[in-house]
Amino acid sequence: MSKRIEVNDLNVYYSKFLAVEGVSLTIEPRTVTALIGPSGCGKSTFLRTLNRMHEVIPGAYVKGEVLIDGNNLYGPGVDPVLVRRQVGMVFQRPNPFPTMSIGDNVLAGVKLNNRRMAKSDADDLIEKSLRGANLWNEVKDRLDKPGSSLSGGQQQRLCIARAIAVQPDVILMDEPCSALDPISTLAIEDLIEEMKADYTIVIVTHNMQQASRVSDRTGFFNIAGTGKPGRLIEYSDTTTIFSNPSIQATEDYVSGRFG
Amino acid sequence: MTTIVARDTIRAPQRAGDRIFSTATVVAGSLILAVLAAVAAFLLVQSLPAFVATPADFKGDAANFWAYVWPLAFGTLWSALLALLIAIPLAIGIALFISHYAPRKLAQGLGYIIDLLAAVPSVVFGLWGIGVLAPLLQPFYTSLVEWFGWIPLFAGPVSGTGRTILTVSIVLAVMVLPIITAICREIFLQTPVLYEEASLALGATRWEMIAMAVLPFGRSGIISASMLGLGRALGETMAVAMVLSPSPQVIFALLTSQNPTTIAANIALNFPEAHGTGVNILLATGLVLFVITLAVNMVARVIINRRKAFSGAN
Ligand SMILES: Nc1ncnc2c1ncn2[C@@H]1O[C@H](COP(=O)(O)OP(=O)(O)OP(=O)(O)O)[C@@H](O)[C@H]1O
Ligand SMILES: [Mg+2]
Repeated sequence: MSKRIEVNDLNVYYSKFLAVEGVSLTIEPRTVTALIGPSGCGKSTFLRTLNRMHEVIPGAYVKGEVLIDGNNLYGPGVDPVLVRRQVGMVFQRPNPFPTMSIGDNVLAGVKLNNRRMAKSDADDLIEKSLRGANLWNEVKDRLDKPGSSLSGGQQQRLCIARAIAVQPDVILMDEPCSALDPISTLAIEDLIEEMKADYTIVIVTHNMQQASRVSDRTGFFNIAGTGKPGRLIEYSDTTTIFSNPSIQATEDYVSGRFG
Repeated sequence: MTTIVARDTIRAPQRAGDRIFSTATVVAGSLILAVLAAVAAFLLVQSLPAFVATPADFKGDAANFWAYVWPLAFGTLWSALLALLIAIPLAIGIALFISHYAPRKLAQGLGYIIDLLAAVPSVVFGLWGIGVLAPLLQPFYTSLVEWFGWIPLFAGPVSGTGRTILTVSIVLAVMVLPIITAICREIFLQTPVLYEEASLALGATRWEMIAMAVLPFGRSGIISASMLGLGRALGETMAVAMVLSPSPQVIFALLTSQNPTTIAANIALNFPEAHGTGVNILLATGLVLFVITLAVNMVARVIINRRKAFSGAN
């Protein structure tokens, strides 16, 4: 299930504005990769190109390649809809559908692929996904309540359950814990640790401890000045980035001297 | 003054702006209630003689007021229902096209044209119904009766002029289309990007995203928009009065020359010659229309509130 991601010389544009320039990196399957860097350096922009979610924004486009197990996401004839079924995403703000029950939220993505599902299969999948997101015990008695009736941390885990219910190969997370308290944050970090066994995970975070706790590899993005494109400055094992980075800017950033 | 007393008397300071604003809203709120009550009272008082009127007072062969008003009430609801059945899907489709499919420039132009339609006076729609739509549809009605006459709705004999309840409903549909479309468009544009992206990230196509995020969020708005459209269809006078030659009775057949008419059109047609109890009878039918509109809106409220927890408003 888990797949390898290879990015070759990727540029991302918002209309004429070059937001991210020249990113090349390889992400191994069954690893957690953290992307860090100051605000506005293009972490979210880059992350969204990994499942073509940037195309939702009018005028946004890329140049370069993103290969998932060797298949170029941007090759001719590739359907972004199918890409997104393969590469799931969890957003910064928890966004379960308030118009759906908790159970239906979990099934939302699955029903797109497979409308007719036996009730028992659906129930099994709900339970499996919610267990996978460490949420089952908290919500098992109120699966028919609206998704918005949960706390923020629970909502975020519901979003993770919704993402893993479609069994993607890769899960992207854009600051998944930034709206959460420390306990919920730890719950999600533990979850990421467990999910690593099955998925390739890429996570954007502003929290250095989080990056060092959950990730195997870390990429540091930076920007030379306003209006300049963001670049991948250094990409290496997390321990190296945090203890012995080879570039001065990385060291300054992770030690809190700027950014 | 001791500290304790001071603490007891702590109150929020009364700011001038707050007071002006709250007074203004209370006045506005009461005003609408007062106007409504005044209209209702006027109708009620004026209607009383109608309820005890003798058969001789009624136009046609109705024995009492209820027998007189029932076919009119039926015609009103029937034509409005048909109009909404035509208009709502169309309006939602146009609104979705403008909000989620059309390129921005085209969307603006289309929105503008739709808004223009709302400003066309109903007499014009009536003339259009008689002069253009009815003759245009007549051959089509003929074949419909020929092929599908066995369905009671399309039973013959077909109207020779094309001026049928269905033509009226189509005219009404065109008239209510702009208001429903305009409101739906605004509602659809308000769908939080957060939820649109959530569904797209799950691998939804554009249509699936609309079904998953846009329409559920717009549900109560679509109902409200439809109610406004319904209000206009129920109360529409000129277009109906012009297109239909009435034969007040309860008929479901859509394409014959025997057509029920509506309360509003009936008032418009008969008011000029009415006198004495006749005026009271017409006003009483107006009261019935008033009650129907009220009832329909209350039903809509109930529908909107039924799934409140899932409305996305919280
Ligand atoms: N929808 C958009 N349209 C145009 N420019 C955008 C858009 N979204 C982001 N940008 C620009 O792209 C650059 C990178 O933004 P991005 O959101 O990727 O930064 P980020 O690293 O995720 O920042 P943060 O840590 O604050 O989330 C910024 O200069 C930003 O202004
Ligand atoms: Mg970001």
